[in-house]
Amino acid sequence: MSRATVAPGTSAGHDTWTRALRERIERTVPPGQALPDRQPVYVASWIYVFGVATLAALFVVVVTGGLLALGGFEWWHVSSLGRFVNSLHLWSVEIFFAAMVIHLWGKFWMAAWRGGRALTWMTGVVAFLASIGTAFTGYLTQTNFDSQWISTQAKDGLNAVGIGAWFNVLNPGQMLLWHVVLLPFAVGLIAVLHIVLVRRHGVVPPIEADGED
Amino acid sequence: MATATPTRPTRSSRRSPARPRDAHSFPTRRYDLVKEFVIALVVVGLLTVGLAAAFSSPDEKPITFASWAQAAPEDVVATAAAELAGTSASATYGPPYNSAAEGQKLLGVPLQKWGGVRHPVNSADLVLGPLTASSSGDLRVKAALARWNGASDARRTAWAGAYADALAKAPNGDPAKVAPGDYGPVPTLTNGFLDVARTGGLEGQLTSSGTFYGGDPTRALLLLSDGAYIEDTARAQHLGGDQWGMMNETGAYPGQPWMWLYTFWYQVPPFSTSDNADAQVWGMMMLLTLGLVLLPFIPGLRSIPRWIPVHRLVWRQYYRDYPPGERH
Repeated sequence: MSRATVAPGTSAGHDTWTRALRERIERTVPPGQALPDRQPVYVASWIYVFGVATLAALFVVVVTGGLLALGGFEWWHVSSLGRFVNSLHLWSVEIFFAAMVIHLWGKFWMAAWRGGRALTWMTGVVAFLASIGTAFTGYLTQTNFDSQWISTQAKDGLNAVGIGAWFNVLNPGQMLLWHVVLLPFAVGLIAVLHIVLVRRHGVVPPIEADGED
Repeated sequence: MATATPTRPTRSSRRSPARPRDAHSFPTRRYDLVKEFVIALVVVGLLTVGLAAAFSSPDEKPITFASWAQAAPEDVVATAAAELAGTSASATYGPPYNSAAEGQKLLGVPLQKWGGVRHPVNSADLVLGPLTASSSGDLRVKAALARWNGASDARRTAWAGAYADALAKAPNGDPAKVAPGDYGPVPTLTNGFLDVARTGGLEGQLTSSGTFYGGDPTRALLLLSDGAYIEDTARAQHLGGDQWGMMNETGAYPGQPWMWLYTFWYQVPPFSTSDNADAQVWGMMMLLTLGLVLLPFIPGLRSIPRWIPVHRLVWRQYYRDYPPGERH
């Protein structure tokens, strides 16, 4: 903590971590670019809705998962309210993946990695993979016949490549923690990174209009 | 959420002739990101509630050892005999459960072996452990356990192997119709195990075993999957491995359709007929996943969107409003 006093309007120097972090953030996404109220004219298609829809669905998935967590992981077997909350969680996940897959295909056909956006594409794919892992661990922790069958089938693939030694799909306690803590954290982190990159670079211009043809 | 009123780019944002043109050098239009998100949230929320109310979610009760013993007692006995003989799937599995085999390899690399035996399971103990814990009142089972424990490994394997073979040849696998033979204490042990399963206490004995909080049913699930009953139940619901079962779930629900490609490989040769299928499918999926992540850098693949002009549909309004000669 610096005790030096600085007159208003003068620079405090570049020697504080706080200032360095602020400037790094401002360089990454300049002010006004994080939440702009204008977009390039070519941003005029329904396909753009699916990125936002994916984010909205992720929000619903997290909220319904949080509600499900309130009663513990066997609550939904014995409570009609719990069953309904589980159904909300299930269907929000289905919508989330539907929106994300359409978003991914849309970005593929738009070659959305152009103009230095490769990392945006890559973080999107990693978010998709982490989401698959999160959903998969959810199926393993249902404590019903589906989780019995899916776990005993899935173990062979994971064991065959050595992952099963560390990631035991037959242990619903371990899978539950992956499902509600580790993987959602990973998905959230990657999603934030993905969105920051989208805002930093802007929406990819149309093919043949970007001067690269 | 956009409304028209395009504007010209500012002088500072106009494209530099030396660099490819990017987003910030195009005319802009109003676009309310927050409003778009809120509307998406409302629509997704309503859709979720509607689907949940209309279709609920699947929740078929798990198989218990008691229900298994009730529905397929001969399968419980056959599974117990195989565990004692060391011929069950878990007994011959290899890592991470035991060292009975090296396991699968990927391009000759023994990844399964490298993972190590981190969840050690002695298959015979899956039967003998619960029997020992619950045999105090059953003198026949106590005597059978004493005889088993006093025999050599070779003798035990011979007894259990012979009984497992005899069960396989018996009509409907019925233990009561097994041909006479030298099976030692094995029939008593397997029938005693069936009795323990019927009581409904087997889950606790396999899962808790020495701890108050039994939270890891790995051993119980391995025992269950060593039997035929769970697979028969799953196949009846079209959940078999060769029925795209990995991505489906019970009932008429969508399951995990995003896993279609992983499941697909199990349906086609050479994977569908390979003993190494799991490692091969994982290898294939890792390769394809890497390809998807690195798509922007792969010549040919990254050009597909230019060759197949789906983008003309996406940006049709821009291409119509800004023909090539009139682009900024």
